[in-house]
Amino acid sequence: MGIDLPVVWATIIAFGLMMYVVMDGFDLGIGILLPFIRDPGERDVMINTVAPVWDGNETWLVLGGAGLLAAFPIAYSLLLSALYIPLMLMLAALIWRGTAFEFRFKAEPRHKPFWDKAFIWGSCTATVCQGIALGAFLNGFQVSGPSYEGGAFDWLTPFSLFTGLGLLVAYALLGSTWLIMKTEGKLQERMFALARPITLALLACIGVVSVWTPLTHPEVTMRWFQMPNLVFFSPVPVLVLVSTWSLLRALQRRREIAPFMLALFLIFLGYSGLAISIWPNILPPAVSIWAAAAPPESMGFTLVGALLIIPMILAYTSWSYFVFRGKVKLGEGYH
Amino acid sequence: MFGLSALELARIQFGFTVSFHIIFPAITIGLGAYLAVLEGLWLYSKEQAYLQLCHFWSKIFAVNFGMGVVSGIVMAYQFGTNWSYFSAFAGGVTGPLLTYEVLTAFFLEAGFLGVMLFGWNKVGPGLHFFATVMVSLGTLISTTWILASNSWMQTPQGYEIVDGRVVPVDWLEVIFNPSFPYRLVHMSIAAFLAAALFVGASGAWQLLKGRDSKAIRTMFSMAMWMILVVSPVQIFVGDAHGLNTLEHQPAKIAAMEGHWENMPGESMPLILFGIPDMEAETTRYALSIPYLGSLILTHELHGQIPGLKSFPRDDRPNSTVIFFTFRLMVGLGVLMLLLGIGGALMRWRRKLYSSRLFLRAAVLMGPTGLIAILAGWITTEMGRQPWVVYGVMRTRDAVSNHSPLVLSTTLAIFVVMYFIVFGTGISYILKLVDAGPDVHDGHPGSGNDPQNARSARPMSAAPDHPAGPTAEREEH
Repeated sequence: MGIDLPVVWATIIAFGLMMYVVMDGFDLGIGILLPFIRDPGERDVMINTVAPVWDGNETWLVLGGAGLLAAFPIAYSLLLSALYIPLMLMLAALIWRGTAFEFRFKAEPRHKPFWDKAFIWGSCTATVCQGIALGAFLNGFQVSGPSYEGGAFDWLTPFSLFTGLGLLVAYALLGSTWLIMKTEGKLQERMFALARPITLALLACIGVVSVWTPLTHPEVTMRWFQMPNLVFFSPVPVLVLVSTWSLLRALQRRREIAPFMLALFLIFLGYSGLAISIWPNILPPAVSIWAAAAPPESMGFTLVGALLIIPMILAYTSWSYFVFRGKVKLGEGYH
Repeated sequence: MFGLSALELARIQFGFTVSFHIIFPAITIGLGAYLAVLEGLWLYSKEQAYLQLCHFWSKIFAVNFGMGVVSGIVMAYQFGTNWSYFSAFAGGVTGPLLTYEVLTAFFLEAGFLGVMLFGWNKVGPGLHFFATVMVSLGTLISTTWILASNSWMQTPQGYEIVDGRVVPVDWLEVIFNPSFPYRLVHMSIAAFLAAALFVGASGAWQLLKGRDSKAIRTMFSMAMWMILVVSPVQIFVGDAHGLNTLEHQPAKIAAMEGHWENMPGESMPLILFGIPDMEAETTRYALSIPYLGSLILTHELHGQIPGLKSFPRDDRPNSTVIFFTFRLMVGLGVLMLLLGIGGALMRWRRKLYSSRLFLRAAVLMGPTGLIAILAGWITTEMGRQPWVVYGVMRTRDAVSNHSPLVLSTTLAIFVVMYFIVFGTGISYILKLVDAGPDVHDGHPGSGNDPQNARSARPMSAAPDHPAGPTAEREEH
């Protein structure tokens, strides 16, 4: 047939996951930034900026899960067993946060602080768990055939804790630059002030991960410095530095849209660096996308639906962002 | 925890989260269809009461839909976290079916739910009606995929096993497996019935509180008609489903009936009550009616079905549990039939809206549709045991290698959190129901309302302060 189905599906899932990271990233970032803002009115504005879109953002996660099961059932089962605890905590935190979103507006005023806390803790826990899962993923898993052979706490390493922290910073950057774009006045000023140290912190995190990863993962080092990977990979660090520098300048010049776009680009660069580090494995260190692939009958059958429906989801999503474009003002009655 | 094994804990966790989840989609399926009917009737007759009911029930639909989505995210991941060997083994079949379910649910949520909830003033009535019909159709398409997957696990076909993994050979055979049509029809009707009972109970509740309006009478009357017509149909479909199960999963039927062995040449009694004892291989304290078992199960006076003793001990489902869950489901079904007949009787005697005894009965019957759904699912899922894919993979070979400590911790987290979060949501729905259809301006989804105009999310279709029916009533 000539189509390499595992490659097509790996691309679809990687795309879905990136959509999730980027989109749920900035709305999780709102929850991470909420403790820095005390004024209840400004807190409402922050949440109102993402209220119309957050559940659409989160659906990419469900698509990622179901797509992985359909296309790479072995990777799905191994990954989800190995990451059982962080993923369960993440799901719990996402439910907690998702309903807090809704209930804080419906609650009586005296209950509102409770749902605010639920929103903050839910957002932070979900983010840290995703970051830990990412670090554990890079560390690789102890597997034999279809079964996970490692322990229940193998995911817990200094490296994975650090990536958990790193993702918290990354989402905070997405959140703060999103708010710069969507708000004005005092709140926007506060975000301009916060975005600068967050950008520097993220640069530091990227630096540490870039050094830590090859030091502890020799197979990643090999991949990085192997031809032709080196050619693909060498622009990444340069681009990271250039975009960080542009981001800092844009913040200084009080640009409103550029910081968010540059933050998105920065996250995209980190994501692609990651993809280069593990490709073509779906489970580091040794399970490739071909070894984990579902039978072609399954992949082909699902591909038809995915190719038909994903463009529709994308069209709706852009339309929804278009409808809710523009600044969200203080005291504007969304709820 | 309590000496339970990892397998038992994983099953309890899955059973708990899926039981919580199923309540919301069941109501979504039933209410979705109800909303489409209401809007159609309004377009046809221009009777305001239908529009008022449309607005009222779409608020409840919205909250319910939101909770269905969040509780559903957990399900999409539990197949891997708790049942990794099952996913690795059967993912080639169940994965694509689930993906289609997610894709269709996304698509409809994306395309039509926003229009249905917030588009009253943004699109014309015809297009709005189309959106409502599509949402309703979407819930049924979603049901179809998920039940195709579940039914395949009950009666697998259209696959081969290659290198220890399931490979789909014929997707039509996979989807249209023998138990699928019965399960699909039985579950869809169950969802319609559950919603009708819920709508009927809320109408009766309003009437009992002395509120009386065209809208309240209409919803109560429609619900009673629905129950009268659909509950006998459901009993007929349930019987057909049972015969199908007897053909493909005889051990399940034997366990449901507490039937251990056949006496040569004798007909089977129907055991009304008893306590099946799995160890002693008998049903204790059995109270039974002669011949009736044969009549119901084989539609013959002297027919026999295999008893549990004819299956190896290792292959027997737990009769002690499903004997009761099955009877609970059937018992509630009979009560629904009686409620429907009672409603017709009251209507004939012109006491439908005034008989307090009947109204109280209708309120009490409100949650029974959901209880029957849960009881039915426990019966069919526990009745499939000890298999996860019937006759192909055992449940004990499907479970991930987690320790009981890890599983009991996550189970505890889920139990506490579900009760807080969904408890809050359900109490919110009940407050809306209590406020009744008469309490609003008649255009909750209108574009003039800044609250709703800005949002396309399910829950923002609901008003912000449902707790104040009296205050709002005065304004009204």
